[in-house]
Amino acid sequence: MSKVTRFTAADPGPAARVAGFLAHLRAHGFHLGVAETETAMRALSCVHPITPKDARLALKSVCAGSGEQCTQFDLLFDAFWMADGRVRQKIMPAQHASPPQNTNTTRTDETQHSGAKGSLHAPEDGAEGQDSYAEGTGKLIASKAGNLMKKDLRELVSADEIRAAEQVAIRLGKALRDRRSRRQMAARKGRTIDLRRTMRRSMSTGGEPLRLVWRHRPDRPVKIVALCDVSGSMMHYARPFLAFLAGLMRADTASDAYLFHTRLVRITDALRDPDPLRALNRITLLADGFGGGSRIAGNLQRFADSYARKFVDGRSVVLILSDGYDTDAPGNMAGALQKLRRRGCRIIWLNPLKGWKDYAPIAQGMAAALPHLDDFAAAATLNDLAALEHRLARL
Amino acid sequence: MALHIAVSLGRPLLLEGAAGVGKTEVARALATVHDTDLIRLQCYEGLDANHAIYEWNYQRQLLAIRAASDAGETGADVEARIFSQDYLLERPLLKAIRQEKPPVLLIDEIDRADEEFEAYLLEVLSDFQITIPELGTITASARPMVILTANGTRDLSDALRRRCIYAHVEYPDRQTELAILASRCPQVEGHLAAQIVGFVQKLREEELEKLPGIAEMLDFAAALGGLGIKDLSDDPAVLHAALATLLKTQTDRAAVPIEVAARIAGKAA
Repeated sequence: MSKVTRFTAADPGPAARVAGFLAHLRAHGFHLGVAETETAMRALSCVHPITPKDARLALKSVCAGSGEQCTQFDLLFDAFWMADGRVRQKIMPAQHASPPQNTNTTRTDETQHSGAKGSLHAPEDGAEGQDSYAEGTGKLIASKAGNLMKKDLRELVSADEIRAAEQVAIRLGKALRDRRSRRQMAARKGRTIDLRRTMRRSMSTGGEPLRLVWRHRPDRPVKIVALCDVSGSMMHYARPFLAFLAGLMRADTASDAYLFHTRLVRITDALRDPDPLRALNRITLLADGFGGGSRIAGNLQRFADSYARKFVDGRSVVLILSDGYDTDAPGNMAGALQKLRRRGCRIIWLNPLKGWKDYAPIAQGMAAALPHLDDFAAAATLNDLAALEHRLARL
Repeated sequence: MALHIAVSLGRPLLLEGAAGVGKTEVARALATVHDTDLIRLQCYEGLDANHAIYEWNYQRQLLAIRAASDAGETGADVEARIFSQDYLLERPLLKAIRQEKPPVLLIDEIDRADEEFEAYLLEVLSDFQITIPELGTITASARPMVILTANGTRDLSDALRRRCIYAHVEYPDRQTELAILASRCPQVEGHLAAQIVGFVQKLREEELEKLPGIAEMLDFAAALGGLGIKDLSDDPAVLHAALATLLKTQTDRAAVPIEVAARIAGKAA
């Protein structure tokens, strides 16, 4: 284990260090408020005697909020407290908004500023942001790898398009939802009596429940899960599809989005970012390998094995946006889709090539997938997606 | 550690992890250690406040109203009477805050309940008081130790996560699992116990749809005991039959045929 970080003599004390650590976590995407800082302090104070191991566990249980964050926490903890004896100058990273006291990062060298502050979320970006990032000591490892591809996505999608896509996404979502609610209406035979309200009403008629009050289950929205292929062959269509994903995420809080090329990446959280452009930047960081090869079957398989277990159920509609040119064996495709089907979801494959004249799904992967799809439709532009509305409603 | 902090700070503890890693068992153990009651609220889709907190006993109320009208009681009296404690059915949450001694409140599989319920729960968990319109506010007489479990059916809201101390529960390591087996099934001999644990741990590394949890491991040990097996590698056919306790889907059964099971057993030995 690396040695413990040393602090400068001017250090204001342990409480400030813990607060600094919390700010360090916050800077890395943990949602922690002042209340958590207080809880963290109190948690530490109820551990006796305190060792680095206990402190780690204590802080982890307060700060981490999911399995993913637990892993991330360990790295961040090491970066902050176990920085190999390095001297930490600034305990408290100040907030971005206030320039006078802007020490901004917990890292030792001040050259980080440009990288951490402005450039990250700006639509047009100079080269300086990338350089300073590479020197970062504790900032996310993924950012170094992803930065190379930063430009691509931002050139692809503009804020206007996202807004337009949002409209489309909302309408599509509605189309799917309506269908769901119709179904519920038909099955609503077994409505139950609301005894509580019936009793209340009966008070006015002397305890005789003359007017019955009924209860029924509210309609529930479907969850849209979108898997977007961003391999080389799909580059032309990535633009509308990404905008669509971004719009979908912003319009519908229950939906979920993934990108895949040779790997599968969950981009839901990144796309939910309140600032649409920053959201795209975050995806860019995630989507290392954008425009590379495509392993559709492998990724679907991985999806079915991992995320689908958590997020896909009988109420989900899985949208696959891909051209079906796959480097994996076609046999795997059928297996993966079958597995996905078994979760009870509906699968819709949107293929940009299908809109072409004389298109036939002869790509082996596509042919293998066809029997397992609920619908197979063409979609190459945002307008196409909008046109899908009726079709989905009819499904 | 997380448990210690949660109890010391009086915060709810959120346990997350795959099915069968012993999340629910934590609450049971906590109740045993503190020698208090365990009140369990099993969440399911469509769980609403009526089932989780309180409900009026409508049938009794109806009867009382009928009886009262025959006896000629006036409306106000009847109303006061039928909305009293006697006609209140306590559900787990209300029960938990009305105990004399702080109980352990286990809210199991919170991710199965809907988001509306989660929001309601937040209110109860932060103030430990429940308002019944007809009776007024009931404040907790003892602050229960709250344990929530989730296994990722859906994402929990940040608000709930924020209020809880969080711990992610993994499958136990070899030593821990051996200790569990030894305490639960003391009749299993040391050699076989090591084999069983080794076998199950190896099995978890295979690509299975549903990994065997601790309860499955204990079933497996009990099954082997019932079959009179002394050594796992003795009889592959019996071993394969006993796998019924570990593998619960058809695909998983197909993925581990007799030969594979025997090979894993050989490795574990």
